[in-house]
Amino acid sequence: MTLEVRDLAYAYPDGTQALFGVNLTIARGERVALLGPNGAGKTTLVMHLNGILTAGHGLVRVAGLQVGKETMGEIRRRVGLVFQDPDDQLFMPTVREDVAFGPANLGVRGAELDRRVAEALDRVGMRDAIDRPPHHLSFGQRRRVAVATVLAMDPEILVLDEPSSNLDPASRRELAEILKNLDVTVLMVTHDLPYALELCERALILSDGVIAADGPTRDLLADEALLTAHRLELPYGFAIPASGT
Amino acid sequence: MHVPDGFFTATVSIGAAVVAAAGVGVALRRAKQELDDRTAPMAGLVAAFIFAVQMLNFPVAAGTSGHLLGGALAAILVGPYTAVLCVAVVLLVQGFFFADGGLTALGVNITLMGIVTAAVAWGVFRLITRVARNRAAIVAGSFVAALVSVPVAALAFAVLFAIGGTAPIDAGSVAAAMGGVHVLIGIGEGLITAVTVSSVLAVRPDLVYGARGLAKPLVLRTATGEQVVTAPEEPQAKPIRPFLVGAGIVSLLLAGVVSFFASGSPDGLERVAEDKGFLGQAGDHLFGGFALADYGDVGGIPVGVAGVIGVLITLAVGLGIGYALRRRRKVTT
Amino acid sequence: MGAGHHHQLFRAGDTVVHRLPPQCKLVAVVAFAVVVVATPRERFWVFGGYLLLLAAVAAVARVPARFVLRRMVVELPFVLFAFAIPVIGLGERVTFWGISLSVDGLWASWNILAKATLGVIASILLAATTEPRAMLLGAQRLRMPQLLVQIATFMLRYLDVVLDAMRRMKVARESRGFQARNLRQAPVLAKSAGALFIRSYERGERVHLAMLSRGYTGTMPIYREISADVGQWLTAAALPVAAAAVLFLS
Repeated sequence: MTLEVRDLAYAYPDGTQALFGVNLTIARGERVALLGPNGAGKTTLVMHLNGILTAGHGLVRVAGLQVGKETMGEIRRRVGLVFQDPDDQLFMPTVREDVAFGPANLGVRGAELDRRVAEALDRVGMRDAIDRPPHHLSFGQRRRVAVATVLAMDPEILVLDEPSSNLDPASRRELAEILKNLDVTVLMVTHDLPYALELCERALILSDGVIAADGPTRDLLADEALLTAHRLELPYGFAIPASGT
Repeated sequence: MHVPDGFFTATVSIGAAVVAAAGVGVALRRAKQELDDRTAPMAGLVAAFIFAVQMLNFPVAAGTSGHLLGGALAAILVGPYTAVLCVAVVLLVQGFFFADGGLTALGVNITLMGIVTAAVAWGVFRLITRVARNRAAIVAGSFVAALVSVPVAALAFAVLFAIGGTAPIDAGSVAAAMGGVHVLIGIGEGLITAVTVSSVLAVRPDLVYGARGLAKPLVLRTATGEQVVTAPEEPQAKPIRPFLVGAGIVSLLLAGVVSFFASGSPDGLERVAEDKGFLGQAGDHLFGGFALADYGDVGGIPVGVAGVIGVLITLAVGLGIGYALRRRRKVTT
Repeated sequence: MGAGHHHQLFRAGDTVVHRLPPQCKLVAVVAFAVVVVATPRERFWVFGGYLLLLAAVAAVARVPARFVLRRMVVELPFVLFAFAIPVIGLGERVTFWGISLSVDGLWASWNILAKATLGVIASILLAATTEPRAMLLGAQRLRMPQLLVQIATFMLRYLDVVLDAMRRMKVARESRGFQARNLRQAPVLAKSAGALFIRSYERGERVHLAMLSRGYTGTMPIYREISADVGQWLTAAALPVAAAAVLFLS
């Protein structure tokens, strides 16, 4: 089991409770979409996966290792978090240094570091931008580099927060192709339902701080009553293609 | 206000650079204690913010406009030590990347716009908010702190100019002119600082360093009724003393040690009110026979002492306002 | 102050000046500025010599005069101040075109103008031939405190982001008819500044989280080291040494 979340509950310091007992498991190699309306607790959940927030109750395990103070370093290597705004993620002056930041913190140096940086950029098709400053790249390019910064750490699971937000249709498609060809476990937080359908066989719906549904993405999206109950909607004119095609 | 190369003698430039380096060194250590591993990204973003805010121009009086210095704003929003770091970095970047402010004048610029501004603003702000701790006091304190910090920085400039300026202008004229114009600029600075602080207070009060300790205590609802668990501490109670000591040392360095060099430079100090230009006369109208107006010679008061007196008067004014606010608060509650 | 296009400060190129390690250039420019400031103001021709030296550097670095001149506007406020000095200066006076001017003031004015201009040109050439990132690495090599270098690094990275946010707010203000005419409108600007601060601060917090997520434990990994050999130091030293030679030999 790559990711296991058991009875996770959490309240912010100001007393607002965001998670009320989340249970989920993700197997190796799966691509899973985490759907839910704004304010459902998606980002809060994601922050628990690599120990930025620590569970008020319950536990999170990544490849059998429980998230906690002592395991923090190892957990952060295993869980690759891609933030929603690539400007938050790309904080170094050049793409090269940004992609190198993670592996360098793990103690990788010299030729091995260069190799990892180049390889990660190759996987997202951004090798040519290696010496450019991030703010000279287009938004779509920045998001691809943001994915590379995490891939360079060789994570067990890639966690993407709203990967398709603010992308134009071409960049959206390019990113989808890249994600489909990656050979890693993916947890994708989104309310872009067609994107979830395209990329993930399985989906979870997080609503009011608990997992409200878990099943094949196609089945979940076909259940109109379920979607409506959790403030989710398919875009106008979009229909689930008949299964088997 | 960015002083270029050639404005001050080499001795003053070097003296100010030593003061600046010492001040930034202290700020580095203290800021790191406060922000630990968040220092670099937080101070970097705040520095970018200050750089941006300095581009906000506001009209002062007929035809002239001032821009925000931001030192006081930074001190109240992120604390004096982080503020000094941020302003110092802004000035370094402006000097080396934008050719704004001379490279040999960096010490002067960092001392005046970073250390003096932040120290004065924070000192005044603390005095006012120490006697009255509520939102009105914080906003009023921000206004006064920013207002005072600008002319004081301008006067510090005049002191440096008297010690080692390269132009034959009467030191009193410089003080009067700089002080006068900068009181006007200070009003703008104070206004913008106060409203900025108040608008941040309205949305994210936890981000305002100067408003720490304003949070309400937690309340437990038990069978026997409501019970307060933790009284909010006053986190600033301790750091204030070393800070004031540090600010005092900086002032002493400025006023005392640096004026030691003055004897070697005949320019500013020795030439006194013999043949004043029109600005000098304007100064006379404003301050007349007041001993400090000519920054140290009319009343026979040495420059260093005059500077110290100026700082003391400033603090006294701040204290008075603080007391007034506290009394008003007592009446209302 | 430029409108924050710091990428426009740097002119890419492949010349001797561009290739010099940044730490050498930083030291050379500061040393040059010190020599200039220490030069007695009566030595007219020496200042001319300095200007020629800078022109030579610009020629070698292929930085056009137009580029330098356009960026020299930052000096403008102090040029105005320098022109005022002779009028308000003390001491012996001369009358020139009907205006009474102080002789000493004229000297002081010349002194500030000459030195400030040379300093500004030197800084412009430094920024034009040194990538911002390289400049910071050079500062690091020169033992500038790590934390200051890091703060400056983050500041430069996010300067455009913050300035963009500010520009968007300005557009939003103005598209609703706002214009800053006098001090009474300052509160509106200040509210924008407050919003800008909150955005900047919150971004700082998110950046910190992003750093933690990639294993940051308080020290930045040093990825690129730029070392300089003796030859490069000597090349860079050419500017201040030549300036000193002009000063002492003329």
